Amino acid sequence: MEAYIIAMLVFAGFYALMALGLNVIWGLAGMVNLGLVGFFGLGAYATALLTKNLAWPMPLGWAAGALVAAAAGALMAVIVARLRGDYLAIVTLGFAEVIRLVASNEVWLTNGTDGISGIPGPWRGEVSPQTFNLIFLALVWSAVGVVFVLLARASHSPFGRVLRAIREDEDVAAVAGKPVLWFKVRAFALGAAVVGFSGALYAHYNAYIAPDGFAPLLTIYIVLALTAGGVGSMRGAVVGALLVVLLLEGTRFIAQEIPGVSPVQKAALRESIIALSLILLLRFRPQGLIPERTRTRSSP
Amino acid sequence: MTAPLLEVRGLVRRFGGVVALDGLDLTVRRGTVTALIGPNGAGKSTAFQCISGVIRPDGGKVIFDGQDITGARPDRVTRAGLVRSFQIARGIPRLTVLENLLLYGQHQPGETLSVAMLGGAATRRREEALRAQAVAVAARLNLTRVLDNPAAALSGGQKKLMEIGRALMAEPRLLLLDEPVAGVNPTLAAEIARHIAHLREEGMTVLVVEHHMDFVASLCDPVIVMAEGKLLAEGGFDSIAGDSRVQEAYMGRRVHA
Repeated sequence: MEAYIIAMLVFAGFYALMALGLNVIWGLAGMVNLGLVGFFGLGAYATALLTKNLAWPMPLGWAAGALVAAAAGALMAVIVARLRGDYLAIVTLGFAEVIRLVASNEVWLTNGTDGISGIPGPWRGEVSPQTFNLIFLALVWSAVGVVFVLLARASHSPFGRVLRAIREDEDVAAVAGKPVLWFKVRAFALGAAVVGFSGALYAHYNAYIAPDGFAPLLTIYIVLALTAGGVGSMRGAVVGALLVVLLLEGTRFIAQEIPGVSPVQKAALRESIIALSLILLLRFRPQGLIPERTRTRSSP
Repeated sequence: MTAPLLEVRGLVRRFGGVVALDGLDLTVRRGTVTALIGPNGAGKSTAFQCISGVIRPDGGKVIFDGQDITGARPDRVTRAGLVRSFQIARGIPRLTVLENLLLYGQHQPGETLSVAMLGGAATRRREEALRAQAVAVAARLNLTRVLDNPAAALSGGQKKLMEIGRALMAEPRLLLLDEPVAGVNPTLAAEIARHIAHLREEGMTVLVVEHHMDFVASLCDPVIVMAEGKLLAEGGFDSIAGDSRVQEAYMGRRVHA
């Protein structure tokens, strides 16, 4: 049970990082991004290939995962510069599917649908599995802490102010003297880097990655996490990620306790509880658990 | 005589088959409040969009203070010193009035990503300077009390004032105001006219699009009349008002049987 909770908290850390990254792209700059899992996958594959095949040290692999995702994010921002809303959603969703299909078919590089196994992990094999999990728990949540501090500062800086302006009205931001495309490219690259970094950590935790690990459902969970936590709020991103993991996992136990229903019905009830909780949350708190707030005041 | 601050030569802009600007020529002299008037559909707003870089013209030239800014991106136009307001006040609703003003501040190092994440004394100093400037702009426009309110909570008139205030924050040499008193009550319209007159006394040059004729008559000289995408007439308000071509453009031609 304890091992299970630790594993869930590690996953909550991956989710929190992804939600933080999404919050830069969507929460601040207003660009819908349903391609999160594509950036997550890029980061995971980049570090897996570099550390396993070329024996790079792990921290370099993580940095490479973030950089590859950032480069893809910057390119994406240029391609979709003129798209908004639904159109942007479709293109980014397509991007993630392209990444998944390339990973499935370029067998020479990615080993196809068999995936890559034996990815090294910090002190894996040298310590007990429990200790390894604890080490990784500390690692991933330290990463969440550092990323949170950096992004929260960016969010409340003049840079964040410009992103919020672009989100609300691009023409006004441009007339205010801000090069809109350059801001979008930087926001997309920064957010994608954080998501790619999350993917890189995931690869080393799981030791095994395969294309079906990067299906669109994960993106939806992260969008839900940020929506529930508070779009535009960095604290909301972290809280929302914890909430989504709690809902996804906690409902297993609630469903177990319901008497007089078959296992299939229990599974269906679990999904219903998740859906109902999120609907109720957004009905009564549409701005999310921790609403976006800016901190600039006229008297310092 | 010094060179004009803004010179527009033969500006053309088509939307599909519609010719919105058909070789517009206009000149704005330094230190004037120049009005750009004309009937609906004359192309005034399109002219503003093209001059400010929000849309690209199909032909012609825009020369600002000797510098060719034809088709330049809006952020470049603003940094060159030509700043426009929007017709329908487009505040960033979820930012406060102060933040809307600060947004228009230029040369803020904190807009660089690394500086934004790591902080720095230069950012704080610039932010303090901009804050002081914003407080002063708000004071002259009677917006002090609402500085910390979200822009969405402003009244229609306050939004119009904030439009002007934001543009001032960018320290323009030429201010383009798109219908600054449209939909504003007469008292506030007079107040806005006084603000613009003060700006002129301080040496600012202003180009105004406005339909409100009392406002134009009391404030603007010269007045430029546009019709069908071209310059129709230019002069003092009285000579314009007496011009039969202008009357025709607004009222239509008398049909002789």
